[in-house]
This record gives sequence, C-alpha cells and structure tokens, in this order.
Amino acid sequence: MKITSAHGAGGKATSELIVGIFLKHFGNPALSLLEDAAELPVPRGRIAFTTDSYVVSPLFFPGGDIGHIAVCGTVNDLAVKGAEPKWLSCAFIIEEGFDADVLERIARSMGKAAAAAGVQIVTGDTKVVEKGKGDGLFINTSGVGVIADGVNLSVSGIKPGDCVIVSGSLAEHGLAVMNERHSLGLKSGIKSDGAPLNGMIAEVLAACPHGVHAMRDLTRGGLASALADMCASCGFSFEIEEKLIPVSVAVRSACGILGIDPLSAANEGKICLFCAPDCAEKVLSVLKKNAYGKDAAAVGFVGDKAGGPVYLKTAIGSKRVLRAPDGEVLPRIC
Amino acid sequence: MTYNEKPFSDSALAKRMLEKLYDSAQSAGRNFSFMEVCGTHTMAIAKSGIRAVLPENVRLLSGPGCPVCVTPPGVIDALLQAAALPGAVIAGFGDMLRVRGANGALEDCRLKGADVRVVYSPLDAVAIAEQNPRKTVIFAGVGFETTAPLSACAVKKAKALKLKNFYVYPAFKLVPPALRALLAPGGAAVDGFILPGHVSAVIGLEPYRFIPAEFRLPCVVAGFEPLDILHAVNRLVSMVSENKPALENEYSRAVKPEGNPQAVRLLREVFEPADARWRAIGVIPASGLVFRQEWEEFDAALSLSLSEPLSPEPQGCRCGEVITGKITPKQCPLFKTACTPSAPAGPCMVSSEGACAAWFHYGE
Amino acid sequence: MCLAVPGKVLSVKDSAAEVDFGGVARSVSLDMLSGVKPGDYVLVHAGFAVQVLSEDEALKTIQCFREIYEAAQLP
Repeated sequence: MKITSAHGAGGKATSELIVGIFLKHFGNPALSLLEDAAELPVPRGRIAFTTDSYVVSPLFFPGGDIGHIAVCGTVNDLAVKGAEPKWLSCAFIIEEGFDADVLERIARSMGKAAAAAGVQIVTGDTKVVEKGKGDGLFINTSGVGVIADGVNLSVSGIKPGDCVIVSGSLAEHGLAVMNERHSLGLKSGIKSDGAPLNGMIAEVLAACPHGVHAMRDLTRGGLASALADMCASCGFSFEIEEKLIPVSVAVRSACGILGIDPLSAANEGKICLFCAPDCAEKVLSVLKKNAYGKDAAAVGFVGDKAGGPVYLKTAIGSKRVLRAPDGEVLPRIC
Repeated sequence: MTYNEKPFSDSALAKRMLEKLYDSAQSAGRNFSFMEVCGTHTMAIAKSGIRAVLPENVRLLSGPGCPVCVTPPGVIDALLQAAALPGAVIAGFGDMLRVRGANGALEDCRLKGADVRVVYSPLDAVAIAEQNPRKTVIFAGVGFETTAPLSACAVKKAKALKLKNFYVYPAFKLVPPALRALLAPGGAAVDGFILPGHVSAVIGLEPYRFIPAEFRLPCVVAGFEPLDILHAVNRLVSMVSENKPALENEYSRAVKPEGNPQAVRLLREVFEPADARWRAIGVIPASGLVFRQEWEEFDAALSLSLSEPLSPEPQGCRCGEVITGKITPKQCPLFKTACTPSAPAGPCMVSSEGACAAWFHYGE
Repeated sequence: MCLAVPGKVLSVKDSAAEVDFGGVARSVSLDMLSGVKPGDYVLVHAGFAVQVLSEDEALKTIQCFREIYEAAQLP
C-alpha cells in the first residue's frame, strides 16, 4: 500500500495508519488515548527537553535506519544533560507515494529502540506532503527527561585540567551512511553505531556523581564539531592528542580511501565527556564495561589558555588547530 | 612481510629529521622558500602540523596544485547548464560540489531538483549511464595526470559498452607546464619544489628534468607521509646550500623513473594537450587536455553545446599571488575577514585543499 | 590533487581486482596496470590501480632515513 494525502488529512485514513502501524509497534497507555496532548505526571527534579529532526538519506543503512536513530538521538541528547529520558514525541512528514510496508519497518525499529532505551513515545503527528516535496520521510522527535537533584552537567562546569574522554570508535555512522548514499562500493563491517546511551551514562554518573562536568552527544560534524563548540562555550583551550583518539582499522582505511577526516564524520552512538582528572580512570573503567563504551579512551585534557582553540597534537608531535568541518563531509579526490 | 606506510609517520625519526633541518637551516644563514604543487601535499602538511615546527627561515608555499582551486568558475557554469538539460545526471568528485560559478554551485542546483551525484570513481559514472539509458550522464573531468587517465579508461569503457549517454566535461590540468609557467620571469620566487608523488607515479621523472637543467633549482618527488615531506625539505635545503640542484625521488616505493607508461598511453589515446585557463593565473600553454577528434563524441562541451563563460575574480582577491607563491594566505587582506571557507571570495579558499582553506582550517 | 592509498590485491578477474585496504575491500580497475597478481600491493586512486608498490623500496627508504638521520644525531 502507498501512503497518500488522505493519510495525512486527519480522517479515517490517518487513524488507520496510526493504529495499524504506530500503535502496533510503539503503543503505550498514554499514546493509545490518541488525544491532542499526552497527560504526564510532573516529575521531581528538573525537566530536560530536547528536539531533533532526522532527514538521513538513505533511510536504511548498515547497522540502523532513520527510525532507530530518531529515537536514540533524542534519548542521548537528554542523557548527556544528566537526564533520565522518559517521554518522546514523534512527528512524521511522509512523501506521497511512500511505501506503507517501509513505514512499518521503520515504526517497528522505533518501537524496539524505545523499548531498549526504556522510553515511551507518548504523542505524535503525521503529515503527508506532495510527491517531490519530501525525500521520502522526515522524522522529528522531541524528548522530555528528568534531571535529578544534584546532577549538574553543563559546559559551564568544564575546568582547566579536566580529562576529555571519548566513549568509543569514531566515524562509523558517517561512513556507513556515506557508503550507501553515494554507492561508494566499499565492502567492510562498518555499521552505524546508533545506540541508546542513557544506561551507560547513568552508570558513569552513578560511579562519579560529582566528577563528571559535561557531556556531549557526538553527531554530525563529528568529534571536531563537538569539541570546537564546547571549547568556544567554555572559554578554555583543549589539548587533544590525535594518536589517542579511537578509530577502528576499517574506518581508518575507509577514511584514507575517500579522503574523509574521521574526526569530522558523523556518529550516532558516541559521546565525549569532561571529568575531573582524579575520576578519569573510574569513568573509563565503567564505560569499557558497557557494550557501547568498550573502546572508550582518554584523548586529552582542558588547557588553561583563555579563549583558546582546540589544539590537536599530531602524529609527529606538532600541533594544529582542530576546527569543525565546513559543511557536508564528502569523499574527495584531492 | 606486508607493505606498510606506518613507519613513515614515526615520531622519533621525524624529530631527528627536524633536528637535522634546524641544524642545516641555521648553518646556511639564509632564507629558503620551497613550493609544493599538490593539493594532497597541502593537506598532508597542514594535517601533520609540519609548518608549525619548521625553522623560521624555511618556508613552505602552496602552489597551484589543487584542481578545484585552479578550475575556472566557467567550468562550473557549463556543468550547471548541463544539469538543466532534461534527464541530465552530473557526476563528479565530492571536491566539486561546493565550488561556485557565476550562477552558483552544483550543490545549489541539486537543491533545485537537479540530479547531481558524488562518485568515488569515473567508472561509477559509467555505471550510472549504463543502468539509466534514458539519462544523460556528464562526468566532471577535473584533476591532474593521476586522474585524467582514469577518465580516458572510463570513456573507453563507455565506448566498449556502446553507451550513447555518457560524456566527460574535460577540465584536466597538467603539472609540468604549470611549473614552467611558475618559473617564467616575474614568476614565483622559490628555491625548489616538492613534486607531487602521485602525478609522478604516472608520468615518471623525465618531465621534471628541466627544473634543475634549465633553472638550476632542486626538486624532490615526495610521498605524503610526514617523513616523506620532512626528508624532502631536508634534501632541498642541502641541495640549495651545496649549490647542487638536482631532481631526486624520495617516493621510490611508488614512483618509478619511467612512471606508468601504460597509463600515459591510455591518456594520450583519448586526450591531447591544449592551452588551458588556470583560475587566478591565466592561460598556460599546453597545460590542459582536450578530447582527440576520434573521441569527441564523448566531449560534453561539444556534444551538448555547453559554453564556458569567462568570469572575473572577486575584487581584492589575491589568490593568483598566493598560488604562485608571491604571498602567503595571511598576507591577503581578505583572509579570514571577507574570505572564509563558508563564504569564500577566491579559489584558494574554495576547496579544503586550497592554500587559504588549509591555512584557515589547520590554524596556520 | 591525488588521494591514493595502498591496498593488497586479493584476487584478479579480467581487468579488475578485489583489493583489501585493511578491513575494507573494494573492486579496483586494472585498466591502467597490467600484470598485477594476487599478493601484490597497489596504489589505488579513484577506483583504479595506478602503480605497483614496492615493499623493498619502502624498507630501503626507511633504512636510508635511519642511516642519514639517526647516525647524524646531535650531541
């Protein structure tokens, strides 16, 4: 069956879609009421609220799909603020003519991801746009989480001397998607690393409740973007060492072939975190015990140069400045 | 034993090379300016942070070695014309997507619904043509002597497959004529060249003999790892100090003196040299490639009646002086102010391998 | 202007080779380089093998670097 404009019109077709696909795969008491707004208990502590839109193409790639990352990405954005992710919304913008079976595959994937993350999708929306106006499917997810008292993760808490830790191997999602999207023909085990990290992050915070100062979900623009942003916000220089950054052999080879910088390519299941130096060892040990953090590594520390950039110590022991990539990361010839 | 490039970034050996360089540069008591003419070298130097640790009196300049930077904007405009043709697919390397012609970049016309695709290999463009007989596939033929033979092979494959919907827009450039133009009177004030490793893997060493022979300048064909580059710089300093200019090859693991004659034959079978316009420099004789008559049916410009308009460089842009080594990016008044990677004024900032973009990104 | 990387030839069929780049494999054209055999290392640019790589020369080059620079260590 193909999705038509009727499915977005709010009438019978829309209800059938919602019940037949969305409720079937990620239904829960709140969502099943299908009211204009979900009614939720006010939690103790502070509320964390985030939103993200997913426009990845292709929709399916080794290791994941748009639905999976739509749930995990929003869960992770809440988790890196120290919040326990609770409730998500999801809005679908579907292009006319889209295959309903494919939509169901994606909904199933979202249901699985939500269950794995321990969150519920409690409200949603469906719109259908004319053929040619939508690239298949776009998904927006917004998420609400709860930050317990005493948890304060913020870039403003980053101090000189803090250890910078990366939770695992970089650039896997970016390369998996790029290979599919541009039919680059690379055969490898590289898969998108999309994963819900809230469990792993909770373990880290439980082990070091006061030593972890800030965290950031690594997504588009890679580690380079995340570090450049955080550096600019916190106002201190960062001293990172290139040889310490975890990159798998296959990713390194693929980046070499395509001329991609692994520090600039996208991730979907990795974080960077800043912690006091005396709990770095503990943090690393907790991360490494978790399936999503087994390749975690300390990659550098926060310097004391005011307004300083991110410095990267190179293979030969020299230094260069690490900046966010400029625009979409693409394979090059040069 | 397996072939391995890792030893070529050994930091202990790099340190020794730098110590030797400092010693030689200091004893020489003069300034040195060496130019590299390969975008991949520009990147390798920037990424490894070599420039930051060179002695003060040794300068590395980036020459016109970035194919995207030296491609006139008119080429992009011609490709944009092609993109507007019914059923057209523009296929090119990722480097090309954000270069702006007078009428925008290929990336922009993709936003308006044009079919623009990034490919890893020109053979992938041939495959698109084969799989889509009702589409017209135009491959953006940009690059130097390493890349041009690949397009020649792609064209030959298209012919063998009897494809009538595959074209190449030829915008290839040749390195030795550009070097000669750089050394003409009033040209770059350089003491020697780091020569492109992979172009040389194809063309061999002969085409560079004129550099020491006619101009008494040393040059070293170098690989792309830190040790390759540091050794090349050391050799250039020594050759200048001893006044013994010569052509050396430190990339012997990939570059044979005769190069790859099979690749050169393939290139010459399909293409022939012609005068070409280099952005920010002007026309350099016999420095580009055009289709031979027998292969003209694959020429996108001829077969699809595409025209390449001439556009002036932006006001105040000094890229011409940057890529001919007369000034460094920092000395251009537009650098980092009116000219940044997200809003590039001139070609050197356009591609990340351009001299100015590399300086901007890697914090020179 | 010429991003190219080394890869090991795993198999050859007509004028194409399956090349291993270290955890990543890809089909590579041998149109520009005849006489390549499984086990050879080739330099690959945009899906084509452009030259055969010499392990011997690589080792010789490093050896030469060691001789020049390690022997000449400053006190």
